[in-house]
Amino acid sequence: MKALTKNREVLLGLGIILVLVLVTLRFPRFAEPRNLLTIFNDTSILMMLALGQMVVILTRSIDLSMASNLALTGMIVAMLNAAAPWITIPLLIALAVCVGAALGAFNGILVWKLNIPPIVVTLGTLTIFRGLVFVISGGAWVNAAQMSTEFIQFQRAAFLGLPVLSWTAIVVAVLFYLLMTRTSLGRALYAIGVNPTAAVYTGINVGFTKFMAFVIAGAVAGLAGYLWISRYVIASVEVASGYELTIIAACVIGGVSIAGGIGSVVGVLLGAIFLGVINNALPVINISPFWQMAISGAAILLAVVLNARGERSKGRIILKKAEAT
Amino acid sequence: MTDIPAAGRQLPNRLDNPFKSAVLSWETLLVLVAIAIFIANSFASPYFLNEWSLSDMTFNFTEKALIALAMALLIISGEIDLSVASIIALASTLMGLALQYGADTPVLVAVGVATGIACGAFNGFLVTGLKLPSIVVTIGTMSLFRGISFIILGDQSFGGYPASFSWFGQGYVTWVISFELVLFLVCAVIYWVVLHRTNFGRRIFAIGNNDVAAKFSGVRVERIKFVLFCLTGLMSGIAAILLTARLGSTRPSIAQGWELEAITMVVLGGVSILGGAGSIIGVVLAALIMGLVTFGLGLLNVPGVIMSIFIGALLIVVIALPILFKMWKQRA
Repeated sequence: MKALTKNREVLLGLGIILVLVLVTLRFPRFAEPRNLLTIFNDTSILMMLALGQMVVILTRSIDLSMASNLALTGMIVAMLNAAAPWITIPLLIALAVCVGAALGAFNGILVWKLNIPPIVVTLGTLTIFRGLVFVISGGAWVNAAQMSTEFIQFQRAAFLGLPVLSWTAIVVAVLFYLLMTRTSLGRALYAIGVNPTAAVYTGINVGFTKFMAFVIAGAVAGLAGYLWISRYVIASVEVASGYELTIIAACVIGGVSIAGGIGSVVGVLLGAIFLGVINNALPVINISPFWQMAISGAAILLAVVLNARGERSKGRIILKKAEAT
Repeated sequence: MTDIPAAGRQLPNRLDNPFKSAVLSWETLLVLVAIAIFIANSFASPYFLNEWSLSDMTFNFTEKALIALAMALLIISGEIDLSVASIIALASTLMGLALQYGADTPVLVAVGVATGIACGAFNGFLVTGLKLPSIVVTIGTMSLFRGISFIILGDQSFGGYPASFSWFGQGYVTWVISFELVLFLVCAVIYWVVLHRTNFGRRIFAIGNNDVAAKFSGVRVERIKFVLFCLTGLMSGIAAILLTARLGSTRPSIAQGWELEAITMVVLGGVSILGGAGSIIGVVLAALIMGLVTFGLGLLNVPGVIMSIFIGALLIVVIALPILFKMWKQRA
């Protein structure tokens, strides 16, 4: 029981339920399954991005360029779609993932080969990628009229009652769960974050693993690029501007330690959903949207404070089982 | 093994040949870059080499550079503040609010400064009092401070500042030398003295290199970090006064993205993002370089987003240069 109350995922889950209950008390329709699914769908892109960011943060790095990567990849696929509508959507999505991964690899190479601190590298590429959006588009927008119907409708198509966007988030989450728990790369990501020196002695290639983390984050950002553009049906330079910190916030609320080594897929998903629920609840209970920023800021701070309490007593996640015995 | 600070940015070793270490220092590299950009600018545009033009250029960086000075100290101590731009927004909003109640210039300045210090103290308390990582705390307060501005202002804006207040952002002390530039230079000298010539500055380096060791040698780590957060807040408050006075109005979206620009100045100035190394001269030079780049490109009608490509590339290339040079030397 004590372990249960100290468990971050359980706490977060309870927090989300609490918010849902409070809002539902005033607006019973808020908790209707259909509305909850809408919230899930609204949060899908944030969930995926946060999972990508988690992998990077686990290795004691940070990727500030994800939102710019998203904007650049999104603009590329949108322009491609506008220019050549015959390219099938699965091909475009594959392309988006590849472009995103390539941009992530650029970050990764600088971190791996030149040993530049990740925060510096991604601070640079944050502005470079965003600037490139302007270069390739000439500052012009790609709007709904220029995009093909399939481009817009693909992620809205319902499958077993859920839109493709939600399914994508579910598939990505499962892939990340398998990556983190069933592969040696996942293990290496945790190991580097917990103790980079020890990781070297156990034969882990620290630089390469960090590189892979950036590639994964980039690929997710690329995928999110297509999804974002086709969801909001507008591609411009400003797409997802400033979103990089929201992504990190979702990770932090989800219990990922900024010092590396601690974090779980379920926690990050709940962190993103928590932000999504709050953002969806505010307009429902008639709070002006201007409050949204202050409230999510307060939520981040609260989560960090609670998180720090948990971290001090708890061991690193990789050793949790060992410590329990 | 992987956490080695980037090469070439450590403090120069005093045992080295002093001439050689001065020539090969980070600051020399920055001076060269600045001269190169200056020459390129004067060739690129006929309007560049003109005293009013050069004076206008200083407005491109002074406000951000004021924050960068304090941010440099904070980053050297191993912390970071991402909320500075939001502090500007909040300070500017509260000044606008005070104006609605008929406040005069001294009160407006006091409100700006006080808001800055209060926000900085709040950050400092969360980081040092509750022992939370500063990058996360300030991501939170970044949304919080700007969010409060949005709550107060909504989609409106405050304007109608008195002329005596506007002077802070638009006035000239003498000839083409603006008040902003003078203030920045005075602050730069003060920060240089504090960081490089006082015990306080030495302790900041000690904390950044190893805060546990610093603590055991009697440095009051928490208190110094708290003071540094307050300083960063104070400089943001001052920047808010200058910016509000220059623009003559307040909007909640004011100074968006400035936190990253201030950090870019600090890092480009040779301050190690991992803490423990850096100099004020480097930060001042980096601020000048960024001012030159944005102003030069502005004269050529290059849009702001494209300028950011140059700034980002400059950041990565300048940081990578000494590392590449070292790798090449080791291979030879």
